[in-house]
Parts: sequence; C-alpha cells; structure tokens
Amino acid sequence: MSGRAESGVPQGRSGEQSGSAGVRAASEPAWNGDVLFLMWSLITKDFKVRYRNMSLGVFWSVLNPLVLMGVLTFVFTQIFPNPTPHFPLFVMCGLVPYNFFVVAWISGTTSLVDNAALIKRIPVPREAVTLAAVLSNVLHLLIQIGLLFGLVFISGLSANRHWIWLPYIWAMEIIFVCGLSLASAALNVGIRDMRYVVESANTVLFWAVPVFYSFSMVPQRFKELYQYNPLAALILAMRTILIDSAPPRWELLAKLTFSSLVVFGLGAAVFARIKPKFYDYL
Amino acid sequence: MHAVAFENVTKTFRRHAGRELLRDRAAKLLKRPPRETFYALRNVSFSVPRGESIAIVGRNGAGKSTLLSLTAGLCRPDEGRVIVNGRVAALFELGSGFHQDLTGEENLKLNAALLGFSRRRAAELFDEIVEFSGIGDFINEPLRTYSSGMVMRLAFSVAINLDPEILLVDEVLAVGDAAFQEKCFDRIHRFRHMGKTMVCVSHDIPMIEKLCHRAVWLDHGEVVMQGAAAEVLGAYTGRTMAAQAGA
Repeated sequence: MSGRAESGVPQGRSGEQSGSAGVRAASEPAWNGDVLFLMWSLITKDFKVRYRNMSLGVFWSVLNPLVLMGVLTFVFTQIFPNPTPHFPLFVMCGLVPYNFFVVAWISGTTSLVDNAALIKRIPVPREAVTLAAVLSNVLHLLIQIGLLFGLVFISGLSANRHWIWLPYIWAMEIIFVCGLSLASAALNVGIRDMRYVVESANTVLFWAVPVFYSFSMVPQRFKELYQYNPLAALILAMRTILIDSAPPRWELLAKLTFSSLVVFGLGAAVFARIKPKFYDYL
Repeated sequence: MHAVAFENVTKTFRRHAGRELLRDRAAKLLKRPPRETFYALRNVSFSVPRGESIAIVGRNGAGKSTLLSLTAGLCRPDEGRVIVNGRVAALFELGSGFHQDLTGEENLKLNAALLGFSRRRAAELFDEIVEFSGIGDFINEPLRTYSSGMVMRLAFSVAINLDPEILLVDEVLAVGDAAFQEKCFDRIHRFRHMGKTMVCVSHDIPMIEKLCHRAVWLDHGEVVMQGAAAEVLGAYTGRTMAAQAGA
C-alpha cells in the first residue's frame, strides 16, 4: 500500500501532535447535547445507585459523622481534657468539611476509570463525568450541614446573620474539590495508583487541618500557610460563623477564594491536556 | 458534500498502554524502552457521500472498530484527517451507560442524556421508545431482572430514536428475537430512504449486501479494496473461502 513509505514518521509524534494534523472537522463537535440535563442525570444516577441497596439509606451520612464525633469528644474531653468550649460542635465543624472533601475527592479521582465503558463508547464531554461524580456528594453534604445546624441549637447557640456567608464558603470548597478531582482523575487514567496517593494525602490532611485541635494551637509561623489550604480555611470560617457568631475575616475569605480558583484552573488545564489520551489508556 | 471522509488516517496504539503503576513510570524515566507501536489503521482514505451506506468488512483485528470510534469522535487520529458532517449516532456496544440497579425507565432517561437528548426531547420520546422496545411493564423494574435480549432492545430503541444524520452500526443488528429484528431492519430501511448516511460494520455478508451501496475491505489496518458493495464483498468472501480451503 502507498502508506508504507510514510509509516515511520508518526512514531515520535503520536499523542502530542494530535492537536494540529489530526483534528476532526472542528465545525462539528462530536457531542452537542444538553449539558445541564446530562449533569443532572449523572448526579442523580450516582446518588440513586449509592443508596438504593442500603436499608438505612441516607441515614448513614448522619450516623457516620456522629459516631466519629462521639469518639473524638470522648478522647478529647475525658482522656486529653482541653478547654475548647462546645467541643462536640467544634469537632463537627471540622468533620463535616473534612468528610465531604475526602469522599468527593476519591469519587472524583476514580470517576473516569469507573466509567471507562462510557468514555470509550459515547463521546460525552469527559469533564461532565468527573464533575458529576464530585457533585453527587453535595446532597449528602446538605444533610450533614443540617445535622451541624441541629448541633448548634443543641449547644445552646442560635442562628446569626453571618450565616449568609455559608453558601459562599461552601461554594469555594466545592470548586476546590472539583479542581483537585479534575487533575487526579485525569492522572489516574494513566497512572492507576493515583487513588492511593489521594488516600494517603487524605490521611495527612486529617492531621494537617484543624479538625480536632484549635487553630490557636498552630505555631505562628505556620498560620499564614495554613490559611491557604481551602479545607483549613473553610473549617476556620465555619467555627467563626457557627460558634463565635462573628463574620469570617476578609483575609481568610480572600485566601480561600484565591486558592480554590487557582486549583480549579490548574486542574482544568491538566485535564484538558491529558483528555485526548483517555481513549487510548482506558 | 461528504458525510464522512477519512484522509490518509493513521491511528496507532502503544502496546501495554495504560494500567501502568508508578513504579513502571519511574523505571521508564531511568531507561527509556523503545516504544512499541501498533498500527490499528494505516493511511486509510475513503469517503461516504451524503445519503449513501457503506460497509466496513475485514477479519477480527482489521481495524474496523477503531475506524468507527474515530468517526464517532471518541478518539483522534495520529495522522491525517477525519471529517464528519452531521449529527452522529453510534449503535455499538449498546447499553454502555446502563446500570444494573436502576430501573428501565431510569436507564432510558440516563442513556438519552448521555446520547445528547435534551430533557424536553427525552420526555417527548419516552412513550415512543418504550413502545418500540416492547419492554412493557418491565420498564419499572430494575435492569438486573431483564434478560440480555431485553437490555439490548431497550438500548437499541433509545439510540435509533436519536434521529441522527449519520448512523454508525457495529454488529448490533442481531438484537432480540426475529420479530424485533424485523422492526429494526424496517427502521433502518426507513432511515436510508430519508437520505441519511450509514457506516456499518458486520460479518453478516448477506445482510450488508442488502443494506449497503459501497464497501471498504480492511486488513491489518490497511485498505485492501474499496468500491461497489457487490464487487468488494465478492472479492472478500472469495478470499476468505480460499484461505479456509488452503488451511
């Protein structure tokens, strides 16, 4: 065949160059459907699949953090007594953001590999698969936040006007997890032990963010750095709002916003760069 | 105007691509092994004018499925250009987005979203799709209670109702029982009479002869012959028969 003469050429340039020589007609995207309907369908699918076969269903999302809160409260009031007021609420302000972060990041990371059959057969926008996996944890999160509100009233505190900040700080957190997940999901396609990297990172984070200790115990020289971690910033803001009934400080909000948006941008860039290779690697 | 055109398309896969662990990556950084590439398609060119049907034939591993994946936009060529003009629907590995624990209705709606239906369109077509599939009351049962034939029927019914301009078919016309196959053929014939384009991969030669105007014969990723369906298929079946007789 006539192709034989040129067949040596592509060896070195496969992959990288697919942007120039090998583009499909750019005028006609392969998938031009209803992105919102797609996202909604994927999110509700994940949620239904997760809870359909559990007899206690959604109650697990309430039970699990309550058990951990009980254990931590016991340890840090009975074994290592400490002066933090409203300790159960204090711990819960750390646990709810942390739990959401861990579960959402893991499900985002494995989303592409879990949905390999889909990626290889249907030209859906790949970003939608990962973002839907992250966002399907949001309903779960809302239930836990409801639990947190309940705990506020049980602790003898009440709602205050600074609660209006809650949607904003949580939105930033979700943007942060989406960014991390886009990067880790794309990397997980080529390097399958990404999942374990994420799990280890989560273990480190449990100690590195103030879940069960107070920010005031953190040495001064680390404090600045701490606040650039959106997860830590969220926990601090939650405590300020729910326990101290004060507005979050604007430097903290600025750092939270900055870090979340930067991470999202980087994650999206990594994803876009690896995306053309998904088909070959899955 | 061509509905689908391949211009000198080459697609390679790296052997052992994917599923690499960190240690393999690390080892590779130290000593770079020669990359073994495998040519799924090599310098393939053909075109399908709007309204025509083309069959892709060849033995297993000839590159037929890769060709369909490229047309569907699932992957990109390493060399050359793939041009597609029109809305594509792919009927291959039907039910890729299905989940065993969801009901037929939930799967149907999810699949519709995956294939690009809007929410409104999915709702409008719902009854028609269920009707066409012949699933009946089972539509409210979880998919794991379905027979494999029923799953295929449901998946086929969603995909065929997408109303595409270009239909890609990979060996899925052997779906369901005789009555349902009759319905599928009927639908595909109607589709052709509406002046739409079809790219069809199959080992069922008599069926292809009935459905397609033209044919491309692939072997090891290269085009052996292309032209009118009758000629190409004649040569192809002659060759396979000869190969069998020789063996």
